[in-house]
Amino acid sequence: MTMVALRSLEPVRLLAERSRWRAAEFVFWSFVVASYFLFPGYLVLISQILIAGLFALSLDLLLGFGGMPSLGHAAFFGLGAYTAGLLGQMGWGEPISGLLLSGIVAGVFGLVCSLFLSRLRTTAFLMVTLTLGLLLREFANRWSGLTGGDDGLSDIALWPLFGVFRFGLSGHTAFWYGLCVTFIVFLLVRRLVHSPVGLALEAMRENERRAVALGISPRLMVIAIFTLSSAIAGLAGALLTQTTSFVALEVLSFERSAGVLIMLVLGGVGTLYGALVGAAVYLVARDVLSALDPVYWYFWLGLIIVMVVLFANDGLVGLSQRLQARAVRRWEAA
Amino acid sequence: MMIASVLELIFNGVAYGIVLFLIACGLSITMGLMGFTNLAHGSIVMFGGYLVVALMKGFGWPFLATIPAAFVVCALVGAGFERLLFRRLYSAGELNQVLLTIGLVFISVAIATYLWGAGQQPLQMPAYLNARLSLGLFEVSSYRLFLLLVGGAMTGLLALVFERSNLGAQVRAAVDNRQMAMSCGINVDRLFTLVFAVGCGIAGTGGALSVNLLGLDPSFPLRYLVFILIVVTVGGSGSIWGTLIAALLLGICDVFSKYYVPEAGAFTIFALAAVILFWHPQGLFGRAAT
Amino acid sequence: MTDPVLFTQGLCKSFGALRVTNNLDLRIEAGARHALIGPNGAGKSTLVNLLTGVLKPSSGRVWLNGEDITRLPAAERVWKGLSRTFQVSTIFPRLTAFEAVVLAVCRRERLLRNPSRLLSGCKPQAEEAWDFLGRFGLTGVADRQMGELAYGQQRLTEIVLALAARPKVLLLDEPAAGVPAQDSEALFSAIENLPRDVAVLFIEHDMELVFRFAEKITVLVAGESFREGVPAEIASDPDVRRVYLGDEDDE
Ligand SMILES: Nc1ncnc2c1ncn2[C@@H]1O[C@H](COP(=O)(O)OP(=O)(O)OP(=O)(O)O)[C@@H](O)[C@H]1O
Ligand SMILES: [Mg+2]
Repeated sequence: MTMVALRSLEPVRLLAERSRWRAAEFVFWSFVVASYFLFPGYLVLISQILIAGLFALSLDLLLGFGGMPSLGHAAFFGLGAYTAGLLGQMGWGEPISGLLLSGIVAGVFGLVCSLFLSRLRTTAFLMVTLTLGLLLREFANRWSGLTGGDDGLSDIALWPLFGVFRFGLSGHTAFWYGLCVTFIVFLLVRRLVHSPVGLALEAMRENERRAVALGISPRLMVIAIFTLSSAIAGLAGALLTQTTSFVALEVLSFERSAGVLIMLVLGGVGTLYGALVGAAVYLVARDVLSALDPVYWYFWLGLIIVMVVLFANDGLVGLSQRLQARAVRRWEAA
Repeated sequence: MMIASVLELIFNGVAYGIVLFLIACGLSITMGLMGFTNLAHGSIVMFGGYLVVALMKGFGWPFLATIPAAFVVCALVGAGFERLLFRRLYSAGELNQVLLTIGLVFISVAIATYLWGAGQQPLQMPAYLNARLSLGLFEVSSYRLFLLLVGGAMTGLLALVFERSNLGAQVRAAVDNRQMAMSCGINVDRLFTLVFAVGCGIAGTGGALSVNLLGLDPSFPLRYLVFILIVVTVGGSGSIWGTLIAALLLGICDVFSKYYVPEAGAFTIFALAAVILFWHPQGLFGRAAT
Repeated sequence: MTDPVLFTQGLCKSFGALRVTNNLDLRIEAGARHALIGPNGAGKSTLVNLLTGVLKPSSGRVWLNGEDITRLPAAERVWKGLSRTFQVSTIFPRLTAFEAVVLAVCRRERLLRNPSRLLSGCKPQAEEAWDFLGRFGLTGVADRQMGELAYGQQRLTEIVLALAARPKVLLLDEPAAGVPAQDSEALFSAIENLPRDVAVLFIEHDMELVFRFAEKITVLVAGESFREGVPAEIASDPDVRRVYLGDEDDE
């Protein structure tokens, strides 16, 4: 009798276990909230980290779950940033609608691109996304009437959030705004990853032939996930514009595309939290090291990447999980 | 007058294209045949350039003598990296390759800045490379003619060796089935090192030749990475002829667009590359994926 | 004679100059237990790839349930009830066997169109997946990553994945290859006990299994249908013995 009961419970338990909220996750988000009180002098940096983390999250969806490496993801980040900037310059300063609109613009552009990209894999995908990113950057650079070219867009008026909270230099509003947007998107992405669609996405990454044999259409999956990822990248870009009141051409640069990839790999691909952790480590390291000398920053950055690729392929999150597992084993043995 | 200027532009474009070919062909081979995406290829090109500067300024070498030196040193460096690092990543997937080599790019940028400073490196060319020559209908700079001749000769030699030695077929056999290739008497490890060395040697030579054409500063690898990758992908990686044609095409288009629509900048080239890749993702002469 | 569920008309496939499938007219009746045999390199796997849309034919047509599916992408053929397994183990190394089967069930129930549904809310699907795994004695390893399973278990999981789609036509490319002998018995009885409206085409080199389970046999040689008939006819056909069974005896 008990055997039967156990048997029927097991499958449901296995699925629930997959998406269960773990203690470490609560600790993580509590720490993010607490950082407001712990590091009041660094709110601007923390907002930047949240934004970069959101951007890396969009790439994690694409790369970590969909298995598609992009070298031009800044295209969508930048598109969101410029959309938000232009909206502000044209006099529409309402943050939330501006944010959503920027995400939609980036998403629609991502949809159009994905129609072409869905035919490509691996190296061809890398190269075409790279070209796409360069194209958009050069386009913005040249069409300075619209984008301000090299000078970027400044004086972007932003109305107070909900008509109450002003975006000031101190960065209080920017912090909470960035945190809320990042957290909401994170929740949605986390849900998606733990849905049948997320499973299908992982299946595609693991073995496309097998996934097709299950009736999963790679074309539809690529289109859907690329569009979503682009939209989230666009949201991140718009957040950057809104919290800094400024758009620099750099938002579209190759360095940004490469940077977000590095953050993600540093944190751990396909873990969701790796995106946020990687962004934090990357930006803090950049702050510290380039304060010493910008040249050193490039050197250390390069060295870190090489080390991560050679010795810690699963990033910091993977590393900490391995250490944790080892500690548990030790503890059980003792 | 009109014809003369068009001819001169074509000439300049071809000279530029040959240089692009030299700095890209090594990557085309490693990427297309060995499946190794080496984004640090531009760093080797830059290294070739700095080597020329160092040898000429530091040791008073004549320009011509530095060119073969660049080939040899860059080939050795390439072989060293292949043995120490790249070899571990042949089967690690293109993402890891891309990341590792981006890391190397950043390191090389930092080192170049540290050693030579952030600015452009002006290089005093010998007088005979600063002249203008008349080719009947139009005038050209002797430096470009020199690039064209040396580059053309190297291209011809490379193509000849590549076809004669069956190198492409050997590499492809070694990649497809290592065991089988080894039992056919191909020393796979040595073959791969050799291919890398030659590719890097040619790239270094390209960098050495073109210091005054492309400019030389620490951000060179990042700036030209894009052009190199575009040449490789548009040509279809793994195809020498495809790479050559793509390099010439892009060289000529770039020169023309800079002359006639300077405000478009590099946009023309990127747009051209994007159109070609959307239309033919494997490049003009690439093999379709099976 | 009933209408076949799956049939081809003049199907041809060439790789360069090599003609691998030559003007093939294959008919698979509803509920068939149909074996496809032939020497190595005869083009059996290629035929499966053509039927499932992994390869595009050079010419000819493929019909499923009275519909021309020649131009349909591979995934959409699965939606229409055409499932297959692969000759060499083709798995999701980092998904658990259970996750993979749940995915197959969810896909069949069109849950991939609904991104708001959480996996933890897919109770009936989870239970069904568990049942499927149980039928092949795989519940014990259900929460292990597929890449860690023994080869035989991987093969069985692949069969489960194909079955979980509840196909109308099932194409099995050497399902027993790599499966331990006692399991392959169970495997074939499970396949035989599928609902009678499911048509099964299986490729198999083990003649004992073929003659036990097949009700009809097609012998493929050099991309052409060499002989077709009930097992008794094929077994006694001297030509078949010569081109194919003779080879078996030597091994
Ligand atoms: N993608 C391909 N490109 C070129 N030739 C191929 C390709 N796929 C298969 N072939 C060739 O087609 C022929 C038939 O192969 P296929 O795999 O269909 O044979 P098979 O009957 O399944 O053999 P086996 O019993 O060994 O599985 C073989 O000669 C094979 O080399
Ligand atoms: Mg076969």
